[in-house]
Amino acid sequence: MRIFDPHIHMTSRTTDDYQRMHAAGVRAVVEPAFWLGQPRTNVGSFLDYFDALLGWEPYRAAQYGIHHHCALALNPKEANDPRCAGVLAELPRYLLKDSVVAVGEVGYDSMTAEEERAFEAQLALAQENDLPVLVHTPHRDKAAGTRRTLDVVRAAGIPPVRVLIDHLNEMTVGMVADSGCWMGFSIYPDTKMDPDRMVALLKEYGTDRMLVNSAADWGRSDPLKTRQVADVMLAAGFGEDDVDQVLWRNPVAFYGQSGRLDLAAGSEAGPDYAGNTIKRG
Amino acid sequence: MKEPAQEWLAQALPQVEADPHAIHRLFPQAERRGGPGARRALLGALHGHHAVIHSLYEAGDSGERLAILTALHELDLEGTAVGLVEDALRTNDARLVAAALGPYGSAWLDDHSFRQGVLKCVFMSIPLAAVAELDRRFDAELARMLSDYAAELRAAGRPVPRDVLERI
Repeated sequence: MRIFDPHIHMTSRTTDDYQRMHAAGVRAVVEPAFWLGQPRTNVGSFLDYFDALLGWEPYRAAQYGIHHHCALALNPKEANDPRCAGVLAELPRYLLKDSVVAVGEVGYDSMTAEEERAFEAQLALAQENDLPVLVHTPHRDKAAGTRRTLDVVRAAGIPPVRVLIDHLNEMTVGMVADSGCWMGFSIYPDTKMDPDRMVALLKEYGTDRMLVNSAADWGRSDPLKTRQVADVMLAAGFGEDDVDQVLWRNPVAFYGQSGRLDLAAGSEAGPDYAGNTIKRG
Repeated sequence: MKEPAQEWLAQALPQVEADPHAIHRLFPQAERRGGPGARRALLGALHGHHAVIHSLYEAGDSGERLAILTALHELDLEGTAVGLVEDALRTNDARLVAAALGPYGSAWLDDHSFRQGVLKCVFMSIPLAAVAELDRRFDAELARMLSDYAAELRAAGRPVPRDVLERI
Protein backbone atom coordinates (compact mmCIF):
# COMPACT_ATOMS: atom_id res chain seq x y z
CA MET A 1 0.00 0.00 0.00
CA ARG A 2 1.34 3.43 -0.97
CA ILE A 3 0.19 6.52 0.89
CA PHE A 4 0.55 10.23 0.04
CA ASP A 5 -0.26 12.50 3.00
CA PRO A 6 -1.36 15.73 1.29
CA HIS A 7 -1.22 17.87 4.43
CA ILE A 8 1.16 17.24 7.31
CA HIS A 9 3.32 19.61 9.37
CA MET A 10 6.50 17.57 9.67
CA THR A 11 8.36 20.53 11.20
CA SER A 12 6.58 19.72 14.44
CA ARG A 13 7.29 15.97 14.27
CA THR A 14 10.33 13.94 15.21
CA THR A 15 12.58 11.97 12.91
CA ASP A 16 11.14 8.79 14.46
CA ASP A 17 7.79 9.74 12.93
CA TYR A 18 9.30 9.60 9.43
CA GLN A 19 10.48 6.08 10.21
CA ARG A 20 7.05 4.99 11.47
CA MET A 21 5.31 6.65 8.52
CA HIS A 22 7.49 4.81 6.03
CA ALA A 23 6.77 1.52 7.80
CA ALA A 24 3.03 2.28 7.49
CA GLY A 25 3.29 2.89 3.74
CA VAL A 26 3.72 6.67 3.51
CA ARG A 27 5.96 7.48 0.53
CA ALA A 28 5.12 11.14 -0.13
CA VAL A 29 3.98 14.18 1.84
CA VAL A 30 3.10 17.80 1.21
CA GLU A 31 3.84 20.15 4.08
CA PRO A 32 1.88 23.38 3.92
CA ALA A 33 3.26 26.45 5.66
CA PHE A 34 1.57 27.24 8.95
CA TRP A 35 2.37 28.62 12.39
CA LEU A 36 5.08 27.66 14.88
CA GLY A 37 2.92 26.93 17.90
CA GLN A 38 3.65 30.44 19.09
CA PRO A 39 3.05 33.55 16.98
CA ARG A 40 5.92 34.87 14.84
CA THR A 41 6.90 38.49 15.35
CA ASN A 42 8.77 39.30 12.14
CA VAL A 43 9.18 38.42 8.48
CA GLY A 44 12.63 36.87 8.95
CA SER A 45 11.08 34.18 11.09
CA PHE A 46 8.96 33.14 8.09
CA LEU A 47 11.94 33.11 5.76
CA ASP A 48 13.97 30.75 7.92
CA TYR A 49 10.88 28.53 8.15
CA PHE A 50 10.36 28.54 4.38
CA ASP A 51 14.05 27.73 3.92
CA ALA A 52 13.64 24.74 6.25
CA LEU A 53 10.61 23.53 4.26
CA LEU A 54 12.73 23.76 1.10
CA GLY A 55 15.93 22.36 2.57
CA TRP A 56 16.08 20.49 5.83
CA GLU A 57 12.65 18.81 5.76
CA PRO A 58 12.94 17.25 2.27
CA TYR A 59 16.45 16.13 3.20
CA ARG A 60 15.27 14.58 6.48
CA ALA A 61 12.28 12.93 4.75
CA ALA A 62 14.36 11.49 1.91
CA GLN A 63 16.51 9.59 4.37
CA TYR A 64 13.44 7.63 5.36
CA GLY A 65 12.30 7.02 1.79
CA ILE A 66 9.65 9.76 1.78
CA HIS A 67 9.26 12.43 -0.92
CA HIS A 68 8.67 15.84 0.67
CA HIS A 69 7.14 18.79 -1.18
CA CYS A 70 5.67 21.94 0.30
CA ALA A 71 3.02 24.60 -0.09
CA LEU A 72 4.05 28.12 0.93
CA ALA A 73 1.91 31.03 2.13
CA LEU A 74 1.19 33.52 4.85
CA ASN A 75 -1.15 31.45 7.03
CA PRO A 76 -4.59 32.73 8.09
CA LYS A 77 -3.78 33.08 11.80
CA GLU A 78 -0.77 35.31 11.25
CA ALA A 79 -2.38 37.28 8.41
CA ASN A 80 -3.88 39.39 11.22
CA ASP A 81 -0.50 40.51 12.58
CA PRO A 82 0.86 43.62 10.81
CA ARG A 83 4.39 42.62 11.83
CA CYS A 84 4.10 39.56 9.55
CA ALA A 85 2.28 41.06 6.56
CA GLY A 86 5.59 41.85 4.83
CA VAL A 87 6.04 38.18 4.03
CA LEU A 88 3.55 38.60 1.17
CA ALA A 89 6.19 40.63 -0.65
CA GLU A 90 8.73 37.78 -0.22
CA LEU A 91 6.42 35.01 -1.43
CA PRO A 92 6.81 35.54 -5.20
CA ARG A 93 10.49 34.54 -5.14
CA TYR A 94 9.73 31.47 -3.02
CA LEU A 95 6.89 30.32 -5.27
CA LEU A 96 9.45 29.71 -8.05
CA LYS A 97 11.22 26.92 -6.15
CA ASP A 98 11.25 23.36 -7.50
CA SER A 99 9.63 21.66 -4.52
CA VAL A 100 6.79 24.17 -4.09
CA VAL A 101 3.69 22.43 -5.46
CA ALA A 102 0.96 24.79 -4.18
CA VAL A 103 0.17 28.02 -2.41
CA GLY A 104 -1.07 27.23 1.09
CA GLU A 105 -2.47 27.11 3.53
CA VAL A 106 -4.51 30.23 2.94
CA GLY A 107 -8.06 31.11 3.97
CA TYR A 108 -9.87 32.22 7.09
CA ASP A 109 -9.16 31.70 10.77
CA SER A 110 -11.19 34.39 12.56
CA MET A 111 -12.88 35.75 9.42
CA THR A 112 -11.28 39.20 9.58
CA ALA A 113 -10.80 41.77 6.81
CA GLU A 114 -7.01 41.30 7.07
CA GLU A 115 -7.37 37.55 6.53
CA GLU A 116 -9.55 38.18 3.51
CA ARG A 117 -7.01 40.57 1.96
CA ALA A 118 -4.19 38.05 2.43
CA PHE A 119 -6.40 35.24 1.08
CA GLU A 120 -7.30 37.17 -2.07
CA ALA A 121 -3.74 38.37 -2.65
CA GLN A 122 -2.45 34.80 -2.41
CA LEU A 123 -5.11 33.40 -4.74
CA ALA A 124 -3.81 35.92 -7.27
CA LEU A 125 -0.20 34.82 -6.59
CA ALA A 126 -1.22 31.20 -7.23
CA GLN A 127 -2.66 32.12 -10.60
CA GLU A 128 0.41 34.18 -11.56
CA ASN A 129 2.67 31.25 -10.68
CA ASP A 130 0.44 28.56 -12.20
CA LEU A 131 0.11 26.78 -8.86
CA PRO A 132 -2.87 25.06 -7.22
CA VAL A 133 -4.08 26.32 -3.83
CA LEU A 134 -4.60 24.59 -0.49
CA VAL A 135 -7.32 26.40 1.47
CA HIS A 136 -7.75 26.01 5.22
CA THR A 137 -11.31 26.33 6.54
CA PRO A 138 -11.87 27.87 9.97
CA HIS A 139 -12.48 25.61 12.95
CA ARG A 140 -14.77 28.17 14.59
CA ASP A 141 -17.97 29.01 12.69
CA LYS A 142 -16.93 26.44 10.08
CA ALA A 143 -20.02 26.25 7.88
CA ALA A 144 -20.32 30.02 7.45
CA GLY A 145 -16.56 30.26 6.94
CA THR A 146 -16.57 27.54 4.29
CA ARG A 147 -19.43 29.23 2.42
CA ARG A 148 -17.56 32.52 2.41
CA THR A 149 -14.35 30.72 1.37
CA LEU A 150 -16.13 29.33 -1.69
CA ASP A 151 -17.46 32.82 -2.55
CA VAL A 152 -13.92 34.26 -2.44
CA VAL A 153 -12.58 31.39 -4.59
CA ARG A 154 -15.35 31.92 -7.17
CA ALA A 155 -14.79 35.68 -7.24
CA ALA A 156 -11.04 35.17 -7.80
CA GLY A 157 -11.82 33.31 -11.03
CA ILE A 158 -9.46 30.45 -10.22
CA PRO A 159 -10.67 27.13 -11.69
CA PRO A 160 -12.20 24.96 -8.91
CA VAL A 161 -10.13 21.98 -10.09
CA ARG A 162 -7.03 23.87 -8.89
CA VAL A 163 -8.40 24.43 -5.38
CA LEU A 164 -8.37 22.03 -2.42
CA ILE A 165 -10.68 23.04 0.45
CA ASP A 166 -9.43 21.37 3.62
CA HIS A 167 -10.57 20.42 7.12
CA LEU A 168 -14.06 19.53 5.91
CA ASN A 169 -16.65 17.58 7.88
CA GLU A 170 -20.26 16.38 7.58
CA MET A 171 -21.52 19.98 7.73
CA THR A 172 -19.32 21.37 4.96
CA VAL A 173 -18.56 18.54 2.51
CA GLY A 174 -21.76 18.99 0.49
CA MET A 175 -21.19 22.60 -0.55
CA VAL A 176 -17.59 21.86 -1.56
CA ALA A 177 -18.66 18.76 -3.53
CA ASP A 178 -21.07 21.02 -5.45
CA SER A 179 -18.39 23.67 -6.08
CA GLY A 180 -16.09 21.41 -8.12
CA CYS A 181 -13.18 22.01 -5.74
CA TRP A 182 -11.20 19.08 -4.27
CA MET A 183 -12.28 18.02 -0.78
CA GLY A 184 -9.75 17.57 2.03
CA PHE A 185 -10.32 15.89 5.40
CA SER A 186 -8.02 15.99 8.40
CA ILE A 187 -8.21 12.90 10.58
CA TYR A 188 -7.41 13.56 14.23
CA PRO A 189 -7.49 11.52 17.44
CA ASP A 190 -10.07 13.74 19.19
CA THR A 191 -11.15 16.63 17.00
CA LYS A 192 -11.82 17.20 13.28
CA MET A 193 -12.66 13.87 11.54
CA ASP A 194 -12.10 10.26 12.62
CA PRO A 195 -11.53 7.21 10.37
CA ASP A 196 -15.05 5.76 10.74
CA ARG A 197 -16.81 9.04 9.95
CA MET A 198 -14.40 9.54 7.05
CA VAL A 199 -15.29 6.20 5.54
CA ALA A 200 -18.99 6.99 5.93
CA LEU A 201 -18.44 10.17 3.89
CA LEU A 202 -16.53 8.23 1.23
CA LYS A 203 -19.52 5.87 0.95
CA GLU A 204 -21.89 8.81 0.60
CA TYR A 205 -19.85 11.07 -1.70
CA GLY A 206 -17.64 8.57 -3.54
CA THR A 207 -13.88 8.65 -3.94
CA ASP A 208 -13.44 11.30 -6.66
CA ARG A 209 -11.79 14.60 -5.61
CA MET A 210 -11.50 13.27 -2.03
CA LEU A 211 -8.22 13.66 -0.10
CA VAL A 212 -7.44 12.39 3.37
CA ASN A 213 -4.67 13.81 5.54
CA SER A 214 -3.33 13.52 9.07
CA ALA A 215 -2.49 17.25 9.26
CA ALA A 216 -0.26 16.17 12.14
CA ASP A 217 1.12 19.26 13.85
CA TRP A 218 1.69 20.71 17.32
CA GLY A 219 -1.64 19.51 18.68
CA ARG A 220 -2.63 15.98 19.66
CA SER A 221 -2.38 14.36 16.25
CA ASP A 222 -1.12 11.19 14.61
CA PRO A 223 0.89 10.94 11.38
CA LEU A 224 -0.42 7.39 10.87
CA LYS A 225 -4.08 8.41 10.59
CA THR A 226 -3.91 8.14 6.80
CA ARG A 227 -3.04 4.45 7.14
CA GLN A 228 -5.88 3.94 9.62
CA VAL A 229 -8.36 5.35 7.12
CA ALA A 230 -7.03 2.97 4.47
CA ASP A 231 -7.48 0.02 6.83
CA VAL A 232 -11.02 1.08 7.77
CA MET A 233 -11.86 1.56 4.08
CA LEU A 234 -10.77 -2.02 3.32
CA ALA A 235 -12.68 -3.37 6.32
CA ALA A 236 -15.78 -1.49 5.14
CA GLY A 237 -15.70 -3.15 1.74
CA PHE A 238 -13.77 -0.67 -0.39
CA GLY A 239 -11.28 -2.28 -2.78
CA GLU A 240 -7.53 -1.73 -2.92
CA ASP A 241 -7.98 0.41 -6.02
CA ASP A 242 -10.33 2.75 -4.11
CA VAL A 243 -7.76 3.07 -1.34
CA ASP A 244 -5.04 3.80 -3.89
CA GLN A 245 -7.20 6.46 -5.51
CA VAL A 246 -7.96 8.34 -2.28
CA LEU A 247 -4.57 7.92 -0.61
CA TRP A 248 -2.26 8.18 -3.60
CA ARG A 249 -3.70 9.04 -7.01
CA ASN A 250 -5.93 11.91 -5.87
CA PRO A 251 -3.12 13.85 -4.15
CA VAL A 252 -0.81 13.13 -7.10
CA ALA A 253 -3.46 14.46 -9.50
CA PHE A 254 -4.13 17.58 -7.43
CA TYR A 255 -0.55 18.63 -6.69
CA GLY A 256 0.62 17.31 -10.07
CA GLN A 257 -1.13 20.32 -11.60
CA SER A 258 1.91 22.34 -10.46
CA GLY A 259 4.10 20.45 -12.94
CA ARG A 260 6.67 20.22 -10.14
CA LEU A 261 5.69 17.06 -8.28
CA ASP A 262 8.76 14.82 -8.49
CA LEU A 263 8.08 11.27 -7.30
CA ALA A 264 10.81 9.60 -9.33
CA ALA A 265 12.56 6.65 -7.75
CA GLY A 266 15.63 7.51 -5.74
CA SER A 267 14.06 8.67 -2.55
CA GLU A 268 14.25 5.11 -1.23
CA ALA A 269 17.99 5.42 -0.75
CA GLY A 270 17.98 9.15 -0.20
CA PRO A 271 20.46 11.78 -1.36
CA ASP A 272 22.76 10.99 1.50
CA TYR A 273 25.71 8.92 2.44
CA ALA A 274 25.20 5.74 4.38
CA GLY A 275 24.72 6.45 8.05
CA ASN A 276 24.49 10.24 7.94
CA THR A 277 24.17 12.40 11.05
CA ILE A 278 20.44 12.00 11.43
CA LYS A 279 20.61 8.26 11.48
CA ARG A 280 23.71 8.24 13.63
CA GLY A 281 22.54 10.97 15.97
CA MET B 1 13.88 23.27 -33.91
CA LYS B 2 15.43 23.31 -30.46
CA GLU B 3 14.12 21.28 -27.58
CA PRO B 4 12.02 23.37 -25.13
CA ALA B 5 14.78 23.15 -22.50
CA GLN B 6 17.45 24.35 -24.92
CA GLU B 7 15.12 27.10 -26.07
CA TRP B 8 14.53 28.22 -22.48
CA LEU B 9 18.24 28.38 -21.75
CA ALA B 10 18.99 30.13 -25.04
CA GLN B 11 16.57 32.87 -24.03
CA ALA B 12 17.70 33.01 -20.39
CA LEU B 13 21.45 33.42 -20.95
CA PRO B 14 21.31 36.77 -22.82
CA GLN B 15 18.99 38.13 -20.12
CA VAL B 16 21.64 37.42 -17.49
CA GLU B 17 24.42 38.79 -19.73
CA ALA B 18 22.42 42.02 -20.11
CA ASP B 19 21.41 42.29 -16.44
CA PRO B 20 23.01 40.03 -13.80
CA HIS B 21 20.02 40.57 -11.48
CA ALA B 22 17.78 38.79 -13.99
CA ILE B 23 19.27 35.56 -12.64
CA HIS B 24 17.24 35.84 -9.41
CA ARG B 25 14.04 34.90 -11.22
CA LEU B 26 15.64 32.45 -13.67
CA PHE B 27 17.94 30.42 -11.40
CA PRO B 28 15.26 28.75 -9.21
CA GLN B 29 13.40 27.42 -12.28
CA ALA B 30 16.49 26.66 -14.33
CA GLU B 31 16.81 22.91 -13.78
CA ARG B 32 13.14 22.08 -14.38
CA ARG B 33 12.82 24.39 -17.41
CA GLY B 34 16.32 24.50 -18.84
CA GLY B 35 17.41 20.95 -18.02
CA PRO B 36 20.48 19.57 -16.24
CA GLY B 37 23.42 21.95 -16.33
CA ALA B 38 21.24 25.05 -16.86
CA ARG B 39 22.13 26.49 -13.45
CA ARG B 40 25.83 26.11 -14.10
CA ALA B 41 25.44 27.83 -17.47
CA LEU B 42 23.57 30.77 -15.90
CA LEU B 43 26.25 31.15 -13.22
CA GLY B 44 28.88 31.33 -15.94
CA ALA B 45 26.98 34.22 -17.52
CA LEU B 46 27.51 36.24 -14.31
CA HIS B 47 31.24 36.62 -15.06
CA GLY B 48 32.27 36.53 -11.41
CA HIS B 49 29.69 39.04 -10.12
CA HIS B 50 30.24 38.02 -6.50
CA ALA B 51 27.54 40.22 -4.93
CA VAL B 52 24.87 38.58 -7.09
CA ILE B 53 26.28 35.12 -6.40
CA HIS B 54 26.12 35.84 -2.66
CA SER B 55 22.50 36.97 -2.73
CA LEU B 56 21.56 34.11 -5.05
CA TYR B 57 23.04 31.64 -2.57
CA GLU B 58 21.31 33.24 0.40
CA ALA B 59 17.94 33.09 -1.38
CA GLY B 60 18.52 29.60 -2.74
CA ASP B 61 16.98 26.28 -1.79
CA SER B 62 19.25 23.24 -1.29
CA GLY B 63 19.38 22.45 -5.00
CA GLU B 64 20.36 25.99 -5.91
CA ARG B 65 22.98 26.16 -3.17
CA LEU B 66 24.43 22.85 -4.28
CA ALA B 67 24.67 24.11 -7.87
CA ILE B 68 26.51 27.23 -6.68
CA LEU B 69 28.89 25.39 -4.35
CA THR B 70 29.92 22.89 -7.00
CA ALA B 71 30.55 25.65 -9.56
CA LEU B 72 32.42 28.15 -7.36
CA HIS B 73 35.89 27.20 -8.59
CA GLU B 74 34.89 27.99 -12.18
CA LEU B 75 33.46 31.44 -11.47
CA ASP B 76 36.53 33.71 -11.16
CA LEU B 77 35.69 34.68 -7.60
CA GLU B 78 39.13 34.58 -5.98
CA GLY B 79 38.48 34.28 -2.22
CA THR B 80 35.26 36.33 -2.14
CA ALA B 81 32.93 33.35 -1.76
CA VAL B 82 34.60 31.62 1.18
CA GLY B 83 31.72 32.84 3.39
CA LEU B 84 29.32 30.71 1.35
CA VAL B 85 31.47 27.64 1.90
CA GLU B 86 31.56 28.36 5.62
CA ASP B 87 27.77 28.70 5.61
CA ALA B 88 27.41 25.30 3.94
CA LEU B 89 29.73 23.76 6.54
CA ARG B 90 27.34 24.95 9.28
CA THR B 91 24.48 22.85 7.83
CA ASN B 92 23.77 19.21 8.53
CA ASP B 93 23.03 18.41 4.90
CA ALA B 94 25.69 15.95 3.72
CA ARG B 95 25.29 17.09 0.10
CA LEU B 96 26.13 20.70 1.02
CA VAL B 97 28.95 19.78 3.38
CA ALA B 98 30.58 17.57 0.74
CA ALA B 99 30.21 20.27 -1.91
CA ALA B 100 31.72 22.85 0.45
CA LEU B 101 34.92 20.77 0.50
CA GLY B 102 35.16 20.70 -3.28
CA PRO B 103 37.91 22.46 -5.26
CA TYR B 104 36.89 25.96 -4.14
CA GLY B 105 36.70 25.21 -0.42
CA SER B 106 39.93 23.29 -0.56
CA ALA B 107 41.63 26.24 -2.25
CA TRP B 108 40.35 28.99 0.02
CA LEU B 109 39.35 27.71 3.49
CA ASP B 110 41.84 28.51 6.23
CA ASP B 111 43.59 25.58 7.93
CA HIS B 112 41.33 25.49 10.97
CA SER B 113 38.08 25.58 8.96
CA PHE B 114 39.38 23.04 6.48
CA ARG B 115 40.37 20.56 9.23
CA GLN B 116 37.01 21.01 10.98
CA GLY B 117 35.29 20.44 7.64
CA VAL B 118 37.17 17.19 7.04
CA LEU B 119 36.33 15.97 10.54
CA LYS B 120 32.69 16.87 9.97
CA CYS B 121 32.75 14.71 6.84
CA VAL B 122 33.94 11.77 8.92
CA PHE B 123 31.15 12.41 11.43
CA MET B 124 28.58 12.52 8.63
CA SER B 125 29.94 9.39 6.91
CA ILE B 126 30.90 11.40 3.84
CA PRO B 127 33.76 9.49 2.19
CA LEU B 128 37.02 11.44 2.39
CA ALA B 129 37.36 10.88 -1.35
CA ALA B 130 34.79 13.68 -1.65
CA VAL B 131 37.29 16.21 -0.25
CA ALA B 132 39.21 17.94 -3.03
CA GLU B 133 43.00 18.03 -2.75
CA LEU B 134 43.06 16.36 0.64
CA ASP B 135 46.63 15.19 0.08
CA ARG B 136 47.85 18.75 -0.47
CA ARG B 137 46.02 20.13 2.60
CA PHE B 138 46.61 17.19 4.91
CA ASP B 139 48.85 18.16 7.86
CA ALA B 140 50.02 16.86 11.23
CA GLU B 141 47.22 18.62 13.12
CA LEU B 142 44.52 17.02 10.96
CA ALA B 143 46.22 13.63 11.44
CA ARG B 144 46.10 14.18 15.21
CA MET B 145 42.41 15.12 15.10
CA LEU B 146 41.55 12.00 13.10
CA SER B 147 43.63 9.80 15.43
CA ASP B 148 41.86 11.19 18.47
CA TYR B 149 38.51 10.56 16.83
CA ALA B 150 39.54 7.00 15.98
CA ALA B 151 40.47 6.50 19.66
CA GLU B 152 37.00 7.75 20.69
CA LEU B 153 35.37 5.30 18.30
CA ARG B 154 37.45 2.39 19.59
CA ALA B 155 36.63 3.31 23.19
CA ALA B 156 32.95 3.17 22.29
CA GLY B 157 33.35 -0.16 20.52
CA ARG B 158 32.46 1.34 17.14
CA PRO B 159 34.28 0.63 13.87
CA VAL B 160 36.78 3.17 12.53
CA PRO B 161 36.04 3.98 8.87
CA ARG B 162 38.61 2.55 6.48
CA ASP B 163 39.40 5.92 4.87
CA VAL B 164 40.21 7.32 8.33
CA LEU B 165 42.47 4.37 9.16
CA GLU B 166 44.36 4.99 5.94
CA ARG B 167 45.18 8.53 7.03
CA ILE B 168 46.42 7.93 10.57
